[in-house]
Amino acid sequence: MNQLLGKRTAPYRYLAPTLILMIIFLVIPIFNVVRYSFVDKAIVRDDPEFVGLDNYRTLVADDSFWNATGNTVIFVIVSVVAHLVIGMCFAMLLNSNYFKTRTKTVARVFYILPWVFTASVVAILWKLMLQPSGIVNYLLSVLPQISQSTEWLSNREVALAVICFINIWCGYPFYMISILAGLQGISEDLYESAAIEGATPIKSFIHITIPQLQPILISIAMLDFIWTLQSFNVVWMLTGGGPVESTEMLSIYIYKLAFQKVDYSMASTAATLLLIVCVFIAIFYVRQQKKVRD
Amino acid sequence: MGMVGRNKFSTKIIASILLVLGAIFAAFPILWMVCSSLKANSAIFAWPPKFIDETASLNSYFAVLSDSVKLRFFLNSYIVAGAVVVVTLFVGILAAYAFSRFDFPGKGIFNSLIISVQAIPPIVLLIPYMGMIVAMGLFNTYWALILTYLVTTLPYCILMMTGYFNTLSKELDEAVMIDGGSRWKALWSVLVPISIPGMVSVGMYTFMQAWNEYLFALALTQTTEMRTVPIGINLLMGQHAYDWSQMMAMSVLGSIPVLILFIFFQKYFIAGMSSGGVKG
Repeated sequence: MNQLLGKRTAPYRYLAPTLILMIIFLVIPIFNVVRYSFVDKAIVRDDPEFVGLDNYRTLVADDSFWNATGNTVIFVIVSVVAHLVIGMCFAMLLNSNYFKTRTKTVARVFYILPWVFTASVVAILWKLMLQPSGIVNYLLSVLPQISQSTEWLSNREVALAVICFINIWCGYPFYMISILAGLQGISEDLYESAAIEGATPIKSFIHITIPQLQPILISIAMLDFIWTLQSFNVVWMLTGGGPVESTEMLSIYIYKLAFQKVDYSMASTAATLLLIVCVFIAIFYVRQQKKVRD
Repeated sequence: MGMVGRNKFSTKIIASILLVLGAIFAAFPILWMVCSSLKANSAIFAWPPKFIDETASLNSYFAVLSDSVKLRFFLNSYIVAGAVVVVTLFVGILAAYAFSRFDFPGKGIFNSLIISVQAIPPIVLLIPYMGMIVAMGLFNTYWALILTYLVTTLPYCILMMTGYFNTLSKELDEAVMIDGGSRWKALWSVLVPISIPGMVSVGMYTFMQAWNEYLFALALTQTTEMRTVPIGINLLMGQHAYDWSQMMAMSVLGSIPVLILFIFFQKYFIAGMSSGGVKG
């Protein structure tokens, strides 16, 4: 009897540490964040008052919230599309037979480099290069049309574009590596028989490469979509959301509400909405992964 | 030869130019960081800029390495990342063993729970963590970081190690149990020793995640002596007198552990990246 019980509970005993950790640091916090979004003065007061959907009403009436949402949407779409295009170009270069294997191995190390550096290094490094008297302005001053130096990070007109560019720079290697693995999995026979039928390289790219890579492309784009949607570090360190909220992302908006304005209820309300969007995309992602596996 | 040959030749030239431009795009900022770290701070914005100038020296590195406040950032990062690696591997291997060797009610739900962690924005978790960590008396301690990092490092470890254990025959465990050993013994004396390559690659990723983490470290620690390297680098940026060359030296030094892991374990690194879901 005792032995049988021991057998039944065995898997749970091995899982217990993980389960305890996940319950304390994942399940309960998520439950709490949703709960906070329905009360007034969460965390700050011992028995906060239940206010129903009031926080949500306040949130959707806040212009800053919609500004942050708009910035985030632009940031995510530009980043994901550019990552995809650059990742694809570099992967095809590294997979082409124009170069020796050795050249390609060395080039691959160079191309992955931006991914290896941590967000604070990426931020500080670009901050140096983008200083008014920095290297970027010097390189541009060589061009004839440009005479005055730009304050890249404190100019409302260009700050968001600069942030997007930096995020593109440090994010494309993930695509490149995944696409490269995908390209190496496509059979040469497909291309050969297409070439015999007289297909141009562009045609075989559209009719063979893209369809063959489609599952990988969808998976990585979704993962990147989720990551970029929640990204905080690089933007926070480069601009802190400024100048005048022009680079404020949802994660920064939430961070400021919680840790600068100490309004945990409103922060939780915005966080809950962000969470819902992420979970929604994740469900699609998991389904997509299942389809790939079957 | 003729048209086709010439066409191929010109494509090759275009491809070579693209290859070089791409490498410049990727590596120039990093090269600039290293060069700047070697310059004197007064020469950082010299016009026209040079890669290496007459002020080149390792002075900024010596300055960082002889500053006890900055060394403390490194010590903290090593302690936190090291502890996260050990705890993640221990707890993750136990869970992976359960997923690999047993069928039990709730397995599917646990599995989805673990996969779904990737989708949870860190900022969402940070709000409730704040109150929790303070209530637990862990605010501004190593434990605040170690425990919260586990939530993001464990899932990858469990998924990878489950996959690894699945490739090992169940007969290995059974042989131990026939000899009168327990499952526990089978796991630690047979499965774990053969799984060392898998553990190395998981350990490396875990270290990188923990070494690079920024948001939780920013909010859950407070005093300078508890800050980790990413926060430390950023703290230097916040000071009014910018010492760019020291900041660059600190950035290079802060990147070295991860760079070494990357160079030595490139194969695992790339395999892990293309299997998806790993943010370095």
